[in-house]
Amino acid sequence: MSNQEGLVRYKGSDRLNHWLIAVLFVLATLGGLAMFHPSMFFLTGLFGDGSWTRILHPFIGSAMFVLFVLIFFKFWHHNVLNANDRKWLSQIGDVLNKNHDRLPEVGRYNGGQKAAFWVMVLTMILLVVSGLAFWRPYFSHYFSVDVTRVAALVHAVSAWVLILTIIAHVYAALWVKGTIGAMWTGVVSRAWARKHHPGWFKEVTGGK
Amino acid sequence: MAIQALQVVAQSATTMTPPASAAKTVHVAKLIDISSCIGCKACQVACMEWNETRPVIGDTDGTYDNPVELGANAWTVMKFNEIENAQGGIDWLIRKDGCMHCEDPGCLKACPSPGAIVKLDNGIVDFNSDKCIGCGYCVAGCPFDVPRISQTTNKATKCTLCSDRVSVGQEPACVKACPTQALTFGPKDDRIKYANERIKDLNGRGYDKASLYNPQGVGGTHVMYVLPHGDKPTAYNGLPADPKISSTVGLWKGIMKPIALLTMAATVFAGVIHYAIKGPDTVDDDHDDSKKS
Repeated sequence: MSNQEGLVRYKGSDRLNHWLIAVLFVLATLGGLAMFHPSMFFLTGLFGDGSWTRILHPFIGSAMFVLFVLIFFKFWHHNVLNANDRKWLSQIGDVLNKNHDRLPEVGRYNGGQKAAFWVMVLTMILLVVSGLAFWRPYFSHYFSVDVTRVAALVHAVSAWVLILTIIAHVYAALWVKGTIGAMWTGVVSRAWARKHHPGWFKEVTGGK
Repeated sequence: MAIQALQVVAQSATTMTPPASAAKTVHVAKLIDISSCIGCKACQVACMEWNETRPVIGDTDGTYDNPVELGANAWTVMKFNEIENAQGGIDWLIRKDGCMHCEDPGCLKACPSPGAIVKLDNGIVDFNSDKCIGCGYCVAGCPFDVPRISQTTNKATKCTLCSDRVSVGQEPACVKACPTQALTFGPKDDRIKYANERIKDLNGRGYDKASLYNPQGVGGTHVMYVLPHGDKPTAYNGLPADPKISSTVGLWKGIMKPIALLTMAATVFAGVIHYAIKGPDTVDDDHDDSKKS
């Protein structure tokens, strides 16, 4: 797992999957916002026009979901919240103030990353299920108008929560230096791992 | 009806102030006097003729409803229902289904495409196919389950109240074809007066619950019914007793829109402020190796 230069955190296939999901997420968000708020309707121009935005959006979202299912089965067991994670989350003030010495030991993922993972899982399931109810012309006719109304609201609320979560996810990656490299090259420095994920550092290096 | 230069007073996905002159425009209405309707379907035929809609020949469901439902090419459909009356006999209720042209249209509220749905100053609610993106949100917005998305064009369709005819001083095609004056068209105030005369007449003939259907939950409608059984609107093939724009649609198209965009912008802004004040979380010695620890 380790070498002289650094520690391997993500394999090539994981990185490829992550960035495909990231691109699809951006496209789904731009198209979704265009159909959500009139002030964002100009974004339909990115996809051709309003009709093309409406046609493409569910396909983009479905592709994102399928790829996320792969990530889910590969990473869910790294994201089970334990007592340390709950303590970490309750000390979010110390996290934001960079008081690393006061925080409980973090493993492969910290409490924030794990919480974000589960929010993504939940919202993406809700998005796919609710989206089916008003995906025209393929699935909407299986659902009553009452169901469609609730689905549209659930879809919008889930998307809103997911977008906020992704904003936090992106900010955390920008703020904690050395993190983007983990997903870009797959390798992190030993010092980065010791500081931000000491539990994981011990696990992969044997505590050296 | 005189010729009117129609102006748009409300558009989907657009914040606008109606032109001041629009306030003077006479509101129109179609009155459907169910007590005078003989169910001949001349209105359906005239609608198809004028609007050149030709629904595909379907299957009968064993009733007189034909086609069975409103469709992208069937903007008005006669619905037949039977109820047992107080005397133990059967009343045959016939209702001409179609767009009600709400004063507060749920379709327009739900539509995400600017200008795809408009309300004209005389009260007509019209769809603009060029701007329609086929999402079907209007279907969710409508309390009367009226709009249909065409399978061929993927555009939303419904009764236009023959806005093209009305703008040149003609009555809608269905009204012109009606042989019993069950359908009448004109200024809304006049139609309400006429409806009240009809209701008085019905009251004298034993229909003491007869009433005008002009539901205030959607601000009133520009298609109104005289219902002989005014206490039982739902008996007329599920005509809603108190139609309103669904509260789910109200949340989705109301308070949620500004809250969602503001919180997204605020979250990004919070990140910028945090980064500016606290600075990045760096690893002091990035070339650290195992000797130190």
